[in-house]
Amino acid sequence: MSPVLLYIIGVGVACGITTILAVLVVVADSTIANYGEVKITINGEKQLTVEGGKPLLGTLKEEKIFIPSACGGRGSCGLCKCKVLKGAGGYLPTELPWISEEEKKQGIRLSCQLKVKTDFEIEIPEELFNVKQYETEVTSLRDLTHDIREVTLKLLDPPEISYRAGQFIQFEVPEYELSDEPVYRAYSMSSCPSDPTRIELEIRLVPNGICTTYVHKYLKVGDRVIINGPYGEFFLRDTDADIIFIAGGSGMAPIKSMLLKMAEENNPRKAMYFFGARSRRDLFLVEEMKALEEKLPDFTFIPALSQPKPEDHWEGESGLITDIVERRVESGENKEAYLCGSPGMIDACVKVLKKMGVPEEKIYYDKFA
Amino acid sequence: MHREIGIFAIFFAAIFTQNILLTYYLGMCSFLAVSRQVKTSLGLGTAVVFVMTSTSALNWLVYRFLLVPLELTYLRFIVFIVVIACFVQIVEMIIERVSEVLYAALGIFLPLITVNCAILGVSLFMIIRDYTFAQSVAYGCGSGLGWMLAILAMAGIRQKMARSRVPKGLEGAGITLIVAGIMALAFMGFSGVI
Repeated sequence: MSPVLLYIIGVGVACGITTILAVLVVVADSTIANYGEVKITINGEKQLTVEGGKPLLGTLKEEKIFIPSACGGRGSCGLCKCKVLKGAGGYLPTELPWISEEEKKQGIRLSCQLKVKTDFEIEIPEELFNVKQYETEVTSLRDLTHDIREVTLKLLDPPEISYRAGQFIQFEVPEYELSDEPVYRAYSMSSCPSDPTRIELEIRLVPNGICTTYVHKYLKVGDRVIINGPYGEFFLRDTDADIIFIAGGSGMAPIKSMLLKMAEENNPRKAMYFFGARSRRDLFLVEEMKALEEKLPDFTFIPALSQPKPEDHWEGESGLITDIVERRVESGENKEAYLCGSPGMIDACVKVLKKMGVPEEKIYYDKFA
Repeated sequence: MHREIGIFAIFFAAIFTQNILLTYYLGMCSFLAVSRQVKTSLGLGTAVVFVMTSTSALNWLVYRFLLVPLELTYLRFIVFIVVIACFVQIVEMIIERVSEVLYAALGIFLPLITVNCAILGVSLFMIIRDYTFAQSVAYGCGSGLGWMLAILAMAGIRQKMARSRVPKGLEGAGITLIVAGIMALAFMGFSGVI
């Protein structure tokens, strides 16, 4: 047999076998894995008819109901919890690390892992119905430090967003070099909610981060960005207590939003903002903070550097942020604390605040996972 | 050339003296990644036994009735991988539909082992050694059990080691590979039994 013929037969058989097997898998997918149409009943009233077999999180998103998620469905953030009254089977091993015993009794599931295979009855908080998807346009990109970029987005459709200072949105990163499919990452809004037509985000570059690389290296002014929100329980409580803010780096975002809102309302509460950073090059928006000190009746901005360089000529506070908080705050009485940053920093600060007498219920935080 | 070796001899050799993991060092990635806890290792090990036995049977049939008559034995690398991938996909769909308990126990491991080189290794070895169908199934099943034995032993050791003071540079993969090496030496003690 001529070599060309042999070659053709070889390639033909290899492709043939692969095609037959692929067809087999497709057929299996549309028969065995086909769960048909299922009904989801929400809060006892709203009824949706959807295609079964996909995770609850994605299924609801297609119906324009957005359950918060920071990891985009990989089961690594634990934010997408949802109460399922009927229809769900046993717990999957990927859900168990996130569900406590109490939550198990209430039927709370991780909606990104749970697949909708039969009719479901679920319960979700009313505020989630307020969550919408927005098309926005980048109107400015400003580098605040060597690794933190401020992104301003103008809302196009819908043109206005209503949110509370301190809440976050989910930013959709389209397919690009580092990611084959759209991913979502959560970022707090640093703008004042009184202007509903634009929002500001502070995004820090994380090495090999899918979203942060996109924002720092690819995003341009004029680009369209899809976001959804607002989400989050991190906002200023309406009381008379003094406020302790602790946040460093891009953790400033929700705090700045709260401070701007306070300035606009002439909120008389006493506030201290402890901003932890390593050296002078990590400080930013210091001028804006000084302006807020003038505007608000009793606000002090206290930046603290843990590793100031000699050329910084730093004369402010230095050391660990927890030590400085202990030194500058007299007592834990009548205080509320709002913390934003890495889990490690938050745990350390919570410990110190409890030691100083701030009750646990009065300490609010937003952990950046 | 047919080897006139008994099926049980092949079966036991595959588990002990020719352990696919400790003697041939195939299937190391999931072995290193999953062997932290006995419970997950049990799930993964069972999935490997099932897939190895079934795919060695399937691949033997494809080889004998398709590739050999058409004189296309050189295609076996591609064809075996494609058969394994397709099989695992369909089995996962079936298990997910039919049994929730089984799916929770081993369903999530199935995609993980599609690219486990031990699975392909077993199929290729049975061809090299020219086994009959019965010998191939025995070999596949034995190899799977051998792999499961190795990962269970490793998980037990690692769980016990969780409180030991391992030097910082060796934590994780480092110390696991050293332990695997010591286990391999121990298993060498079985040679000569069969």
